[in-house]
Amino acid sequence: MAELWAEYLWPALLIVLKVVAICVPLLISVAYLTFAERKVIGAIHRRKGPNVVGPFGLLQPMADGLKLMLKETIIPTGANRAVFIIAPMLTFILALVAWAVIPFGDGVVLANINVGVLYLFAISSLGVYGIVMAGWASNSKYAFLGGLRSAAQMVSYEVSMGFVLITVLLCVGSLNLSDIVRAQSGPLGMLQWFVVPLLPMAVIFLVSALAETNRHPFDLPEAEAELVSGYNVEYSAMTFALFFLGEYANMILMSAITSVLFLGGWLPPLPVAPFTWVPGPVWFALKIAACLFVFLWVRATLPRYRYDQLMRLGWKVFLPVSLAAVVIVAGVVLTFGLGPGMK
Amino acid sequence: MIIQGLAFYLFSLVAVVSAVMVISARNPVHSVLFLILTFFNAAGLFVLSGAEFLAMILVIVYVGAVAVMFLFVVMMLDINFAELRQGFLRYLPIGGLVGFILLAELLVILGGWTLAPEAAATAAAPVQASVSNTHALGQILYTRYLYLFQVAGMILLIAMVGAIVLTLRRRQGVRRQSISEQVARDPKACIEIRKIPTGRGI
Repeated sequence: MAELWAEYLWPALLIVLKVVAICVPLLISVAYLTFAERKVIGAIHRRKGPNVVGPFGLLQPMADGLKLMLKETIIPTGANRAVFIIAPMLTFILALVAWAVIPFGDGVVLANINVGVLYLFAISSLGVYGIVMAGWASNSKYAFLGGLRSAAQMVSYEVSMGFVLITVLLCVGSLNLSDIVRAQSGPLGMLQWFVVPLLPMAVIFLVSALAETNRHPFDLPEAEAELVSGYNVEYSAMTFALFFLGEYANMILMSAITSVLFLGGWLPPLPVAPFTWVPGPVWFALKIAACLFVFLWVRATLPRYRYDQLMRLGWKVFLPVSLAAVVIVAGVVLTFGLGPGMK
Repeated sequence: MIIQGLAFYLFSLVAVVSAVMVISARNPVHSVLFLILTFFNAAGLFVLSGAEFLAMILVIVYVGAVAVMFLFVVMMLDINFAELRQGFLRYLPIGGLVGFILLAELLVILGGWTLAPEAAATAAAPVQASVSNTHALGQILYTRYLYLFQVAGMILLIAMVGAIVLTLRRRQGVRRQSISEQVARDPKACIEIRKIPTGRGI
């Protein structure tokens, strides 16, 4: 019995506790991201935003959540029941499982696997299924069109995202996310983050992240003006809430990946005294918040792209540029012997 | 080891059952979704056998790209599967023959491993245990067999160009946006600003 406890039950319990320690703060930040979005956009529009429920409207996300839970879940008669219910669950689960490999601090990571970058890429490429399945299972033309648009969009932008990842990997020589962050540390602080040498790639990555999460200005899958609400028209109550939570969790995830790849993850801006007193996870959270602000800012500022412009940007601009960047970065790394194990 | 064993049986059971469902499901979209589940479980089996790079590539390439295209096509096409099933008995002998040949080949390979375990040691590029499997694959593909790899890439490129050439058709009268032309337009040549007196018009 003691052996069973020490060998299996205790490690299993520990893992469950770690998962809870990641998921609960994540879900709370998702709830408050929706609040922050409304406040930030309100400020940009010179409005007040939500300010009625609780002090400064701080209880608004709780009220919204409660409302969604109390609503009735409607399944349309023509819908494919099983797929219709699985689709939002899939979206939400995929938005959570990706966090398993994100390093929050030096050694603070649930699964420190060797192929962390590929794992993230694989999980984000699965995200398209939730939307396509929802669009198809709803048995409604608006939902179907939204699902198809979204699938085409996500597949297109994944290609250039993959090439951007390769340029980062060329500079690091490892697929492990913790190694990627460590490769950006040094006496120069933030000048050694990959956003400096790979600035164009960082921009391409951030724009592709907007397209990958179906956010403005690339939110064609749910373009209200044309498709009412795209793939999630037929969803109500908690099934809708799962899509909503999944979308916002994906935004936070993309910001976290951007911080790890380009903004030095948990590293302080300068490796000197006042900055090093602040623990790593705090810096990481600040960087994520900065990226998220860009997401909200873009939403409040830019008009929606037309569909052909979206495809043009993905295939005719980002793909050639990132492909050229892979060749150039590889050439520079090889010529000047900057690669790992070349010094 | 118990956990690994349980995980192995879980993944293989789900993989086999969903593989059967791929060919027996009535709805083609369900077939594709079961195919995706099969790929996913195969990736799980790869992880269990320590080939994490292959597992991730399987998910990225097959699940993330190939199966999405499948799903796209199957959802868009209105296939009458009852009609397709009518020729089942007529094609059974050919299908059975193909299946039998595949089975025989698998038996030869797997039987070779079991009968002569030492044969694996004579492989062209034995993998050291200390090298991570991303490095090992990189060394084999990009260092030892670089030219063969390049040739394979060229063949794929030619196939791709061929497919594009075969399906490309130029239609007359299609309006396209030319960004450079739009940007190069001079406001002076396009807009005329006039001072209009109130109440009189132009």
